[in-house]
Amino acid sequence: MSPDLLYALAGVGLCGIGLAGFLLLDHLLRRLLAFNLLGSGVFLVLVGLAQHRGGPDPVPQALVLTGIVVAIAATALAIVLIRRYFHLTGRTSLADAGDGQS
Amino acid sequence: MRRLLVLVSLAACTALTIALALAVLVAAESAVVSELPQQLAASLGRSGVEHPTTAVLLNFRSYDTLLEIGVLVIAGMSGISLASTRSLEDPALRSSDVLLYALQRWFVPLMLLLAAYLLWAGSHRPGGAFQAGAVLAATGVLMRLGGLPMAFIRPGVLLRLGLVLGFAVFLLVAIASALAGEAFLAYPPGMAGGLILAIETVLTLSIGMILLALFVAAPVSAEHEPEEGGGS
Amino acid sequence: MSWLLDGLLIVSLLVTAVAVLLSRDLFRAVVMFMAFGLLMALAWVRLQAPDIALAEAAIGAGLTGVLLLDAVSHFQRGRLREQPPGEEG
Repeated sequence: MSPDLLYALAGVGLCGIGLAGFLLLDHLLRRLLAFNLLGSGVFLVLVGLAQHRGGPDPVPQALVLTGIVVAIAATALAIVLIRRYFHLTGRTSLADAGDGQS
Repeated sequence: MRRLLVLVSLAACTALTIALALAVLVAAESAVVSELPQQLAASLGRSGVEHPTTAVLLNFRSYDTLLEIGVLVIAGMSGISLASTRSLEDPALRSSDVLLYALQRWFVPLMLLLAAYLLWAGSHRPGGAFQAGAVLAATGVLMRLGGLPMAFIRPGVLLRLGLVLGFAVFLLVAIASALAGEAFLAYPPGMAGGLILAIETVLTLSIGMILLALFVAAPVSAEHEPEEGGGS
Repeated sequence: MSWLLDGLLIVSLLVTAVAVLLSRDLFRAVVMFMAFGLLMALAWVRLQAPDIALAEAAIGAGLTGVLLLDAVSHFQRGRLREQPPGEEG
């Protein structure tokens, strides 16, 4: 068991936490945060698993770097959309009336 | 009812996490050892740069990077088309704080210098277009939040041009190399280093512009918008 | 020693991730998320990926944090200006 594998397992844990948050939380911004946690977990799994045996491997690292930049662009676009939604409806969750909460 | 739903979702997430962990463990036990690092080290000399990650990003797997900047351009375009961006600076944010202003006058040039260094460093040590672009965007955000004048970046033609510049130059190089008889995105031998640096420079500008444009597009202040209180 | 460091880092990663989702205050959640980004940058350093660490430190902690904090303050200002409709708790 190398430290890299440990980080990959931590990534799996982050995936679970992020997925649970994404499913269960109502506030859109919190869902976005959970989605980012999920993404970070996937990145950790990718790099940790690839480096588990062979040592540092620039190929998955480059792919994760690409992924991080796409993730920030997606996050920024999601924030624009959420703010637009808030501006138009005054609500911060997609939930039906009755259980909207932050 | 809702409590039941929460419990079911939690159980499903836990099960999925355990399954994923088992899959990771099984994959880790498999005897296949990747030879990518060795292959990469062997062909690093042909790539035109000395840092392996940059070589992968802009030479060996440049297709990924091309599509990535394409995704960024689409995100930026949809961001700025959701809000009317008249100017990159917001008069409401202009601060009269002397200390903040003085600090910024030191920070902005320093951060621009850092971005340039990161870009240049990318060819032989950790650094490169993405990090430099992020620092560039952070500089722009700082300038906007502190209310430094940014009138020189007019939204409209110049902003849109800056958004697509990286993608356009990258695609142009790819098509030119394809027309010259090489494979799509294969740089002609001997020119790889210069081409990579040129592409990285425009990529940095574009990434910085796109992230800054997405940040600027976000505010929808009720005072400026005609359809205030609409919907609900 | 390095095992201790890795273990501590991983535990704090998971704890901050849970704190992001469970903290009552949205502002606190965003601050926790920025802390999470910094810890991720440390994790990338431990994974010998300095490129990702640089990008994560600039993006995950800096840029995303500013974007999210801006959005949070926007929501709160919106709340204060117009009293929330009935269904908002």
